[in-house]
Amino acid sequence: MASASSSLEVLAIEERPHVLAVDDSLVDRKLVERLLTNSACKVTTAENGQRALEFLGLGDGQNTFKNGDAKVNLIITDYCMPGMTGYELLKKVKESSNLKEIPVVIVSSENVPTRIKKCLEEGAQEFMLKPLKQSDVKKLRWHMKEFSHPCNGKLCMGR
Amino acid sequence: MEVVQLQTRFVEYTASLFREGYLDAQFTQLQQLQDESNPDFVVEVVSLFFEDSERLLNDLTRALNQQSVDFKKVDANVHQLKGSSSSIGAQRIKNACITFRNFCDEQNIEASLRCLQQVKQEYSLVKNKLDTLFRLEQQIVAAGGSIPVME
Repeated sequence: MASASSSLEVLAIEERPHVLAVDDSLVDRKLVERLLTNSACKVTTAENGQRALEFLGLGDGQNTFKNGDAKVNLIITDYCMPGMTGYELLKKVKESSNLKEIPVVIVSSENVPTRIKKCLEEGAQEFMLKPLKQSDVKKLRWHMKEFSHPCNGKLCMGR
Repeated sequence: MEVVQLQTRFVEYTASLFREGYLDAQFTQLQQLQDESNPDFVVEVVSLFFEDSERLLNDLTRALNQQSVDFKKVDANVHQLKGSSSSIGAQRIKNACITFRNFCDEQNIEASLRCLQQVKQEYSLVKNKLDTLFRLEQQIVAAGGSIPVME
């Protein structure tokens, strides 16, 4: 366990923020996973919105929020995906009383102002342009910090 | 060959790929994500990219040779290829895809077929270059050296 004097640099496995990364591109999933792991995050990837919802406990036929491993501190999703878009996934998350507090970041290769506006209005924390870089992940860590669930009182930001 | 000579060759070859526009800054991001705990990261991502691209290029060839071309499908495939090439820093492929998409918008079959050729050519070129680069890396490691990290 991290000592009382430690900074956030050394996190025990259980304390690492958990990110759910959703993207239909295998290349992009691999990249985002490495970027996030390199930033001391635990990462789960999903290849589409449906799988993401199932992981979050919102799949068809599921009606309970999963505890433990499935606790997610941030969702990062591609906008353009076949089937359910990242925007539609965002909506479903924000409509769920269990999940709506989880910050959602949308990423896209296309800089479309109306698209960005729509996502932010629906409650996305941020909209980022692909391809993702290390500096983008720093921003993501900031979003996660605000949402970290209290652990020994150290990470609690206070309400 | 001596390690230092191999390393110099590696650095010079990498620099030429950037200079000639085959690779952009995103490739440097990939290189910086490689370390002792993930020593093969770049090769792994690029290999995924090669597999993915070959599948997409085959699909595109098929789609553009149909009696009735489904441009939505063609555009979706080019969009995917544009995305993945951008993610690994394969700049010339990415740019060729951008041009390609413009002709998809116009539903111009002739131009689209020419663009597909162009994309295939760029893919082939960068694949050869990256294969050469990876071979150089292997030679360095085999000679007991470490791969220089590009800034």
